Amino acid sequence: MVEALNLIYEYQTADEDGEIESVVRALDGLTVSVEEGEFLVVLGHNGSGKSTFAKHINGILTPKEGTLIVDSVNLDNEENIWKVRQHVGMVFQNPDNQIVATIVEEDVAFGPENLGVDPVEIRKRVDNALNLVEMSEYKKQSPNQLSGGQKQRIAIAGIIAMQPKCIIFDEATAMLDPIGRKQVMDTMYKLNKEHNITIIHITHYMEEAILADRIIVVDKGKIYLEGTPKQVFANVDEIKKIGLDVPDATYLVYLLNKEGLNLDNSLLSAEEVVNALCQLK
Amino acid sequence: MLRDITIGQYYPVDSKIHRLDPRTKILLTMIYIFGLFMLDTFWGYGAVILYLLMVINESKVPLRFMLKGLRGIVFILFFTAALNIFFTGGEIILAQFWIITITLEGVILAIEVGLRLILLIIGSSILTLTTSPIRLTDGIESLLNPFKKIGVPAHEIAMMMSIALRFIPILLEETDKIMKAQMARGADFESGNVVQRAKAMVPIMVPLFISAFRRAEDLAMAMEARCYRGGEGRTRMNALKYQASDKIAFIIGIIFIGICIIL
Repeated sequence: MVEALNLIYEYQTADEDGEIESVVRALDGLTVSVEEGEFLVVLGHNGSGKSTFAKHINGILTPKEGTLIVDSVNLDNEENIWKVRQHVGMVFQNPDNQIVATIVEEDVAFGPENLGVDPVEIRKRVDNALNLVEMSEYKKQSPNQLSGGQKQRIAIAGIIAMQPKCIIFDEATAMLDPIGRKQVMDTMYKLNKEHNITIIHITHYMEEAILADRIIVVDKGKIYLEGTPKQVFANVDEIKKIGLDVPDATYLVYLLNKEGLNLDNSLLSAEEVVNALCQLK
Repeated sequence: MLRDITIGQYYPVDSKIHRLDPRTKILLTMIYIFGLFMLDTFWGYGAVILYLLMVINESKVPLRFMLKGLRGIVFILFFTAALNIFFTGGEIILAQFWIITITLEGVILAIEVGLRLILLIIGSSILTLTTSPIRLTDGIESLLNPFKKIGVPAHEIAMMMSIALRFIPILLEETDKIMKAQMARGADFESGNVVQRAKAMVPIMVPLFISAFRRAEDLAMAMEARCYRGGEGRTRMNALKYQASDKIAFIIGIIFIGICIIL
C-alpha cells in the first residue's frame, strides 16, 4: 500500500529578510513499508517526525529526497498526488478545523462532490458512511452542536464516502476526551477488520497501540523500533530513553521482573498480567 | 449559549414558501423591491399589503416575527418621516409656527416613504426567514453562474459564504474563551470611556486573529486532502431543481407586482 524509501524532509525558518535561519530535519532517511489491510500504529513524541511522515502519504508535503509510492503510484508529480488522494484519506487532529459544511450530511458529501460523483450515488454513499460511524441520527444537525468524538466520526464518514483503500489518522484522538477517543478507536478497528481498509494511526497514546498489527516507533525522523506490539513494548528501557511510556501492565511486569520475578515481558493488558501472576507458585 | 447562535434569522417550519427553490425566492424578492419603488397610488400600496399578507400567511411564519425585524429601523423610520413632514413644501398648509410649516403634501410623502420602508424590510425578511443559509448560498451561486464568463467567481463566493457561516459560531466561542482568560488575569473590559474600552479589546483581537489564521490553514489542508480543487468538475448531492410550484409562484408573483404597479 505504502512504500517509503529514504524520505528526507526539512522545515526551514526564515528571518525577516528571507534568509534561512535554521533548518530542522524532520524526516531523516525514513524507510517504511505498509501492507494492504494492515493496522499500523506510528508512535513518537512531539517533533519526532511522525506527523510529517503522515502528511507525505497523501502529498500534502513533498519530500526533499527519497521516493514514495502509494497504491502503486509514485507521488512525484501533481497529477499523481490527486490520484492518490482519492484512495488515501486523512483525518486530522482538530475536529473543528476539518469540517467544511454547516450540516453534517453536507459535510460528508463534500469529498464525493469534489470527485464529481453522481448525486444519486453520493446520497447512497453518505447514508452508508453515516451508518457505519453510527451518526445517522445527527445527519441534519449542525456540527457545532456535536461533541469532539462525534465530530471526528463525521470527519471519518467524510473520508469513507470517498471509498478509500487507506485512512491515515494524524493524531486524530489527541484532542478528544476518553469517551470520544474510544468511539474513534472502535470505528478504526471496525473499518480495518470488517471493511479491510488499511489504517495508519499516528499517536502518542500507548494504550491505542496495543491492538495494532504492527508498531513503528519514530524518533528524530528515523525508525527507532519496529515490530508487533509485544515485540516493541518488551523494550521498556529503550522506549523510556526517548521519553515515551509503555502500557501500564507492561511497566508493572518490567518492575516485578527487576525485583526478581520471572514473568513474560511481552504482556500488554491487565488481564494477561493477572493471569500470569495467578499462575505463579 | 454562543454555540446556538443562528446566522440570518431562518424560521424552521415546513410551508409552501419554505419549499420553493431559493432562486425563485431571490428573484421574486428582487422583482418585489423593484416594484415597490414604482408605486405611487394608495390603491397600489393596498394591493402590495394584501399580497404581502397572503405570502406571510402561506409561509406560516408568525407576523410578530416579521415585525421584529422592524425594530432595527425605528429610528430611521422616524427620522425620515420627520424630515419629510417638516421640510416638504406644498400648497395646503395644515399648521405653521416659527419657521416650520407642515403641509398636507409633506404628511402624505412621509407616510408614503415610511410605508415603503416597512414593506421593503418585511418583504425581504420573508426571504431570509423561509430560506436556510445553505439554500440561500446555493441559490446565490446558481444565480451568479451565468456571470462566470465575465469573471464573477460564483463558486468561490458561495464557498466563502458557507465557510464563514460554519466558522462564525466557532470564532465567537473562541472570543468568549479568550475574554474569560484575559479577565482571569485581571483585564478590564467594562469600565472606562469608549477609547479605553477599544484599547482593551486589542489583547483579544491579536490571539483571535492568530487562531483564525491557523484554523484557515488547517481547513485548507483538510479540504485539499479531500480532493477539493475548486468548482470545476464538482457535483452536488442536493442539486437545486425548479419544480412546478416554482413556476406557479413565479407567475403569481409577477402578476401581483404587475397589478400593483398599474394601480
